[in-house]
Amino acid sequence: MTTEPTTSTPPPAREVARPQRDRAGRVFAGLSTGAGALILVVLAAVAGFLLLEAWPAITAPAEQLSRISWIPADGSLLTYVGPLIFGTLVAAFLALLLAVPVAIGIALFISHYAPRRLANALGYVVDLLAAIPSVVYGLWGGLVLAPLVQPVWQWLSETLGWIPLFQGPAATPARVMMTVGVVLAVMILPIITAVSREVFLQTPRLHEEAALALGATRWEMVRMAVLPFGRSGVISAAMLGLGRALGETMAVLMILSPGLTYSLALLLAGRQQTIAANIALQFPEASPLGVSALIATGLALFVITLAVNMLARWVVARRADFSGAN
Amino acid sequence: MTTTTGRTTAAPPSTRDALTRPDTRRKLVDRVMRGVVTLAFLVALVPLLSLVWTALVNGFDRLSPYFLAVSMRGVFGGMDAGGIHHAIVGTLLVTGFAALISVPIGLLTAIYLVEYGTGKLARAVTFFVDVMTGIPSIVAGLFAYALFAVFFGPGVRFGAVGAVALSVLMTPVVVRSSEEMLRLVPNELREAAYALGVPKWLTIIKVVLRTAAAGIVTGVMLAVARVIGETAPLLITLGVIDSINYNLFEGRMMTLPVYVYRQYQQGLVPCRPDQLDCIATINYDRAWAAALVLIIIVLLLNLLARLIARWFAPARGH
Amino acid sequence: MAQRIDVKDLDVYYGSFKAVADVSMMIEPRSVTALIGPSGCGKSTFLRTLNRMHEVLPGARVEGTVLMDGVDLYGNDVDPVAVRRQIGMVFQRPNPFPTMSIAENVLAGVRLNNRRISKSDAETLVEQSLVGANLWKEVKDRLDRPGSSLSGGQQQRLCIARAIAVKPQVLLMDEPASALDPISTLAIEDLIAELKNDYTIVIVTHNMQQAARVSDRTAFFNIAGTGEPGRLIEMDDTRTMFSTPSVQATEDYISGRFG
Repeated sequence: MTTEPTTSTPPPAREVARPQRDRAGRVFAGLSTGAGALILVVLAAVAGFLLLEAWPAITAPAEQLSRISWIPADGSLLTYVGPLIFGTLVAAFLALLLAVPVAIGIALFISHYAPRRLANALGYVVDLLAAIPSVVYGLWGGLVLAPLVQPVWQWLSETLGWIPLFQGPAATPARVMMTVGVVLAVMILPIITAVSREVFLQTPRLHEEAALALGATRWEMVRMAVLPFGRSGVISAAMLGLGRALGETMAVLMILSPGLTYSLALLLAGRQQTIAANIALQFPEASPLGVSALIATGLALFVITLAVNMLARWVVARRADFSGAN
Repeated sequence: MTTTTGRTTAAPPSTRDALTRPDTRRKLVDRVMRGVVTLAFLVALVPLLSLVWTALVNGFDRLSPYFLAVSMRGVFGGMDAGGIHHAIVGTLLVTGFAALISVPIGLLTAIYLVEYGTGKLARAVTFFVDVMTGIPSIVAGLFAYALFAVFFGPGVRFGAVGAVALSVLMTPVVVRSSEEMLRLVPNELREAAYALGVPKWLTIIKVVLRTAAAGIVTGVMLAVARVIGETAPLLITLGVIDSINYNLFEGRMMTLPVYVYRQYQQGLVPCRPDQLDCIATINYDRAWAAALVLIIIVLLLNLLARLIARWFAPARGH
Repeated sequence: MAQRIDVKDLDVYYGSFKAVADVSMMIEPRSVTALIGPSGCGKSTFLRTLNRMHEVLPGARVEGTVLMDGVDLYGNDVDPVAVRRQIGMVFQRPNPFPTMSIAENVLAGVRLNNRRISKSDAETLVEQSLVGANLWKEVKDRLDRPGSSLSGGQQQRLCIARAIAVKPQVLLMDEPASALDPISTLAIEDLIAELKNDYTIVIVTHNMQQAARVSDRTAFFNIAGTGEPGRLIEMDDTRTMFSTPSVQATEDYISGRFG
């Protein structure tokens, strides 16, 4: 890196001779530093303005809140947001559960199984999944996938119905959490795959060759060298995926038949709802106090995703330190 | 060779056996895992192909110059009419304005991080840019609404609000990709410029940015592709409208993704059997056609971005 | 345990590029064969063809035969994974698995074939292998510490212990001491002298003195120019090679006139 001082005093002799250019340099350095600082300001502003607009609802008396049709009768914001947080977590973790094994498989396929020449193209194909707008996933999930998976869900509820998760009878149409989970899983596949693939590709050749030279098959090499090396990377990739799934709105909004309960039944309609989808659903028709209450739930979502993302980034950063020391 | 095999009939397996009779269990596990891993990849292709295929099949018929040229003004029921002109106008204006906000801020932040940034502030900016990429889009929408609501009162809905929401989502993407490109510029180029007495800021503009230009353009295009399909933040900041609005600063505005959602939400039209000009699935047809347009735009942006990156990549090496 | 390796008319390719041409040599059991030559002459490439590690790289292939105990390692019915088990390899840079302990590293190869190895068998094998690699005394009290906690020279001996734990016929060493300090290098060289009682050893080295010190036979590889394949120039008893080589190029290289 260059360490040439730009705004330090005393300035180099050459710059004294051209004070105008020096001023331009200072302005430029100031501008770019300002832009960097602005990022921090914006992030603080997001929290600040959300809190500001949510405040009326947070401080409003219960009887005033309970006048909003979709707030529970006890007029408590917490009773309202509880099932929403629960639904958000159910949707996100279900998606994660479905996506992570597949993503690891894809990442391994691209990094260690596919022919080298094809690998880049295949990676690009997976990235295309990320390029498709979420509203199109919603459309596809609602009109194509839901009818398609209904018989599968039905079969699932008939054979595994004794598990509360798969309690039947499966709803028709399949506007249920399970369908949402599948669509969300597809949506977060690319980010998990991309990060895992990068980590797997970074596996030191030394360790791969050590395994092979001991007489390991390719899969044994993956288990001995690649997976242990990439474990923390996969964890942070999964957390990034979790962050995405937590905040996804349209796919949930367009597929799920909502309900505000603490139910784990994935195949029944009208049981769960996520924070994001609920905001999009209620916002257009909400009264000013209703908007304020919705913003309060948005604040909760912001805090949750922020925590998940910061944790993921922290894991990544720690991993970078670790591999740098080696 | 025969003599060798004859000699080693004792307890340890012969070399031939050791080399040609692999452990079948291990071999099988290896084969199975190869199959599983390949299957994982194929599984991921299914939704992609199904989605693109259905959009093509269901959207192609309705997609016509007429569909692109008219709005939804005066269209109701199962009428065989209506288009996405107003939504295209809205998407272009809002996304363009968002880019106008994000690109300078993002690029300058990247320059700060690569050329100036040291110490705590730089580390904080790097960290929070990463964190910012994880902000849910609906929260970005709420933020933009809250920001404008403070100044314009509740119920505020116009184009610029949506643009601000999108720029919150777009800026970190621009920062990340530009930063990566700026770091690729070899230090020798900078030092060569300094050696000629060119001040740092001019070196950045004339040497660094020019060298990284193609990569930065690629990054910006990918960032645009990412936000152009955003629905949720626009749903709550722009609302929905059936007619064309060119003014970013007044009145509701339609955008393509919101249009898709709106049509989907309206669902099937109840047609009487004697109604000849009533199409029951008209709303879904329009949704698919608009989705197809959206997919085409996004894929074109992606493709173009990659092509630019490829065309200019060798030049960067010299 | 140790086997003879007989290489006949071996050509090695990376894609369409011929990296090594027309090598025939006999590698004697229970002896150390040193491969020397200037950088890029193909000696490491040749070494990697002996246990089929070469073909791990995309596009790499081989023509010719490599016989071990009369079996062609490149025969149709031969499994490359089994070849690598019979012919162990030690690399230039020590590469213990960072997530495994010292004991686990030693057992890494053994566990592939025998998952349910009993605890006492495992302990015996770890001790045997570490003793065999002259490392036991130094690490016996910290077998559960990570392999990466050792010094470079100890790590390399750990890798040797890992390689001999699977009881191979042959041990290939690709410049095993080039990343180590002089004292660790000496320890490795002493170890090689002991190991040759049990194994066929082939070692690639850049260091003439090392070749002269540890090997019984020496093969000199050379390259005519860039883009040309490396060739085996001559091979003889080490003493003869270093005193009266029959080819001028060998003498030039050994006396330090090039390379």
